[in-house]
Amino acid sequence: MRLRQIRELLDAVIVHQAIPEDTDLSWAIATDLMSEVLYYSKDNSLLITGLTRQQAIRTAHIADIRVVVFTKGKEPDFQTLELAKDKGVTLLITPHCTFSACGILYERGMRCCPDE
Amino acid sequence: MSSHRQIKEGSFHILGGDFANAGEASTSIKRELLEMGVEEDTIRRVSIATFEAEMNIIIYATAGIIRYTITPEEVIIIAEDMGPGIEDIELAMQEGYSTAPDWVREMGWGAGMGLPNMKKNSDVFKIDSVVGEGTRVDMIIKRRRNETEADQ
Repeated sequence: MRLRQIRELLDAVIVHQAIPEDTDLSWAIATDLMSEVLYYSKDNSLLITGLTRQQAIRTAHIADIRVVVFTKGKEPDFQTLELAKDKGVTLLITPHCTFSACGILYERGMRCCPDE
Repeated sequence: MSSHRQIKEGSFHILGGDFANAGEASTSIKRELLEMGVEEDTIRRVSIATFEAEMNIIIYATAGIIRYTITPEEVIIIAEDMGPGIEDIELAMQEGYSTAPDWVREMGWGAGMGLPNMKKNSDVFKIDSVVGEGTRVDMIIKRRRNETEADQ
């Protein structure tokens, strides 16, 4: 699913964009637990999370996740936004809750990161 | 023929509780691997294993050190800390088991996946711990290059 479509479907705003909007993202993972991101995600995944701290960006960068969506309209603090810019992580904010955001994307064909 | 038997090594000091810089050591190692042109799969496994080790030092220990060695065949990561140690290593290796306090969970950590994640991403994983003294984790990640790369 392309970044543009994700933005539109989630009524999201892009607060930092590091990749083109026609970039295709293969999988999604939704969690607030960073070790779960590291354990289950694949590269080129989308991370949907309510954790709006720097840790979410750090973890995404380490796990080769290029796009992070913060749910429930939660805005990142200055340090988190600066880190996203520094690490080249694209950051979106959606007004939807994590559950709804997952449902919306699932309905349109986005799927969970596959097991090994 | 191996024209460049390049070996690189280095180390990072990690301070317990230093969440502001959490991930800097792992990011630096990742950057070094990228600059060396190491294959993507290896970089991802090393980065994840190192990041979990780094977070464990920050969450649980007073201080620690992460040492790394990159060779054409493998990447070796050694994380050693001055911390509380682990009473029951078998229990700590179980997915979901954690002794992290609530404030750590609020920061997105303490899911009880750290050690299993390090093991998952390592080809060789060894952990030694003495309660009241500290913990040492040794990890070896074998490089899985394709034939073309390996011959260069």
